[in-house]
Amino acid sequence: MAASDYILEMNNISKSFPGVKALDGVSLKVKPGTVHALMGENGAGKSTLMKCLFGIYGIDEGEVILNGAPVKFEDAKDALKAGISMIHQELLPIPYRSVMENVWLGRYPVTGFGPFKFVNNKKMLQDTKAIFEELQMDIDPTTWVVNLSVSKIQSMEIAKAVSFKSKIIIMDEPTSSLTENEVGHLFRIIKKLRAEGVAIIYISHRMEEILKIADEVSIMRDGKSVGTYPAAELTTDIIINKMVGRDMSNRFPPRENRPSDEVVLRVEDFTSPDPKSFRNVTFDLRKGEILGVSGLVGAQRTELMETIFGLRPLARGKLWVNGKEESISSPIQAIRRKMALLTEERRATGIFGILTVSDNVLAANWKTYIRRNFLLDLKRCDKDVKKSIDMLRVKTPSGKAFMQNLSGGNQQKVIFSRWLLTEPEILILDEPTRGIDVGAKYEIYTIIADLAKRGKSIIMISSELPEILGMSDRIMVMCDGRMTGILEGASASQEEIMRLSTQFM
Amino acid sequence: MAQAETTTTGITLWKTAKDFAAKKAVLLVLALLVIVTGIAQPNFLSYDNLINILMITSVYVIIALGEGAILITKGTDLSAGRVVGLTACVAASMLQRSDYASKIFPDIPAMPLIVPILIAIVVGLIVGIINGGIVAWLKVPPFIATLGTMTIAYGAVSLYVDRPPHGASPIGGLRNDFTDVANGAIPIAGNVRLPYIIIIAAVVLLLMWVILNRTRLGKNIYAIGANPDAAEVSGVNVNKTLIIVYIIAGALYGLAGSLQAARQGSATNNLGYGWELDAISACVIGGVSTTGGIGTVGGMLTGVLMLTFMNNALVFLNVSPYWQNVVKGIIIVSAVAVDIRKYLKKR
Repeated sequence: MAASDYILEMNNISKSFPGVKALDGVSLKVKPGTVHALMGENGAGKSTLMKCLFGIYGIDEGEVILNGAPVKFEDAKDALKAGISMIHQELLPIPYRSVMENVWLGRYPVTGFGPFKFVNNKKMLQDTKAIFEELQMDIDPTTWVVNLSVSKIQSMEIAKAVSFKSKIIIMDEPTSSLTENEVGHLFRIIKKLRAEGVAIIYISHRMEEILKIADEVSIMRDGKSVGTYPAAELTTDIIINKMVGRDMSNRFPPRENRPSDEVVLRVEDFTSPDPKSFRNVTFDLRKGEILGVSGLVGAQRTELMETIFGLRPLARGKLWVNGKEESISSPIQAIRRKMALLTEERRATGIFGILTVSDNVLAANWKTYIRRNFLLDLKRCDKDVKKSIDMLRVKTPSGKAFMQNLSGGNQQKVIFSRWLLTEPEILILDEPTRGIDVGAKYEIYTIIADLAKRGKSIIMISSELPEILGMSDRIMVMCDGRMTGILEGASASQEEIMRLSTQFM
Repeated sequence: MAQAETTTTGITLWKTAKDFAAKKAVLLVLALLVIVTGIAQPNFLSYDNLINILMITSVYVIIALGEGAILITKGTDLSAGRVVGLTACVAASMLQRSDYASKIFPDIPAMPLIVPILIAIVVGLIVGIINGGIVAWLKVPPFIATLGTMTIAYGAVSLYVDRPPHGASPIGGLRNDFTDVANGAIPIAGNVRLPYIIIIAAVVLLLMWVILNRTRLGKNIYAIGANPDAAEVSGVNVNKTLIIVYIIAGALYGLAGSLQAARQGSATNNLGYGWELDAISACVIGGVSTTGGIGTVGGMLTGVLMLTFMNNALVFLNVSPYWQNVVKGIIIVSAVAVDIRKYLKKR
């Protein structure tokens, strides 16, 4: 096929971050007037690839060819000018401004002369109306965005992309918060755009949707291209196979833990007050076991665990710790019951960047260092910090170094140290290896395996299937806020987990 | 190779010097100010003047310590100045001489000095509970919460000293034993003496240093300022800690109010007007970050010293008071502009 058949070609794109090769020779070729689905597990490199296209990340190797000419964008603005728009999963409009002001933000039509320019609201209104009519969108351009539903905001973002006369529109999980009706409407808009020659790169996990709307499907795995296939030739099973098929040897340390039958944590009928969040979740955690929790982004795993730890309110459900019914409504109570939570967002809810490593290790532990005169026993603090950072091999000049100067992996080890000092029996680890380079990952796995061996009970949320399969004694799978199954780690397969993860999609 | 090494050493030295200059910029400017003024007006460095500056500093530093602790939690306290005014009037109203003509409470019995001072501290502490409660439980941003209590405190003190039909009037004729607390001193040798007020400020400084550096409360204060969400996950009782911080600050304002009334020998409802801004200025000059988590007792002291020395030096240099404000503003902005460089390059 001749090169000119494609509107966009990304050839052999490679991109490394310290310690990780995020993209390894990835290619993506998109024809005009088609819907091109981009699929892959969490962490397969889809977002990285799109960020490379948009100039948010620089490219180490490879080339981007737009309409037959090589291009290099410095930032998203360049890309927009060249006719590429992206509709993000997390929509970020300005809530207390009108719809039309959001659409034309930064390029309001103006009247006037010389330096005396005024916004031409009349023209802006007409232009916005024209686009909405063309796309058959029923939105009042003058209403505040805060009054719009998610689906309307999304329509507005699409209209914005059209207003840029974009020839390529990227949609990242556009249906994740839409109802079935709204999805139907979105698809009508997509088809209209396609008929006009616009190419749409459609990122989604939802197989059925992809098979319904896409013309071609490109699949990525572990930062590499698996291939591009006509959608007509694919089935859900084939897609899952291509997304997960890979070898996994020696990426995980041997595990010598012996889970007992003793139940240390029982969760029964846990239901969030938020109807979009988790509901009716029941499971047991046994002493000395690693319970993996799998699911796609948005399966509400984090919300469930944070509720167990007392960070979020609970609408209904019971909780037993060591056979005793408990009600936990704050982390203080959870910690008192020998629980620990390593949060998913390390930066936002884990580290104290501007404090020292030492203060970070001790943050949950000061109580145990108070002497009878109410002052802290700083000598013992220093000794224990040193012991902890040596034990977990944290690479830091000393405990006095500032936390923000450590690498992600070392920060994670510091947070492990913090929790280990509290001598927990139940550890909830939410994406413990996210954003950590490969070498440090292995060390984190070793720490987890060692804890389980010492009889600690571990819940590990992970979006990486190999990690779940390589580390778990049992695997709980969630989809759309519900538990869809518990599998034995030894016999579970990636395909089975994937099927349970997409059960309600 | 050798040349490359030399260059590296040179760069390192230059960097170290620059780092030092950035870190200690305020101290360097302070030293320069003292030296220049001292050369131009040798009287500036006289024992009497230096002691006078330290005595002025004493009241201000007590206020700044309260304000500083709140700033470290990512908060702010606009009520500080008005609470100082309120508590000054409360203390003064109970410590007027029995023979003074227009007493607020004509029939009040003479009580031991400590009682009215303690009452003033309790009044400050109560405002602190209110501030802390509004911030912690009602989740009102500290700026707004304390803007409200600042206004209320001013209304309250005006009502307190209001004597219809004459309106609010100054409380004068304070007892000598009371004014002695702020103006008296332990004689040491000849001209040399150690004012009580400096001793009081030193004790408060030491206490706050111990609280911030050697107690769990202090560690939690820094943790909340650095990352409130992480603090909560780590089991810090964020609300309780915040309320305690505002209470400590309120009590310090109460002490500062009493001392200021004693120093002036009188109090009015306008005492303390704008002092919260001076306290915030002193703190940020001393390296306390308004975005939370960063700040030391030493820094707060340096900031207050900087401001009082500067005011005094400008008087000695015969600079008009109007210019003093201009200079003060420039110093506040430049101090923070230099200070913020420490954190910017790490991005």
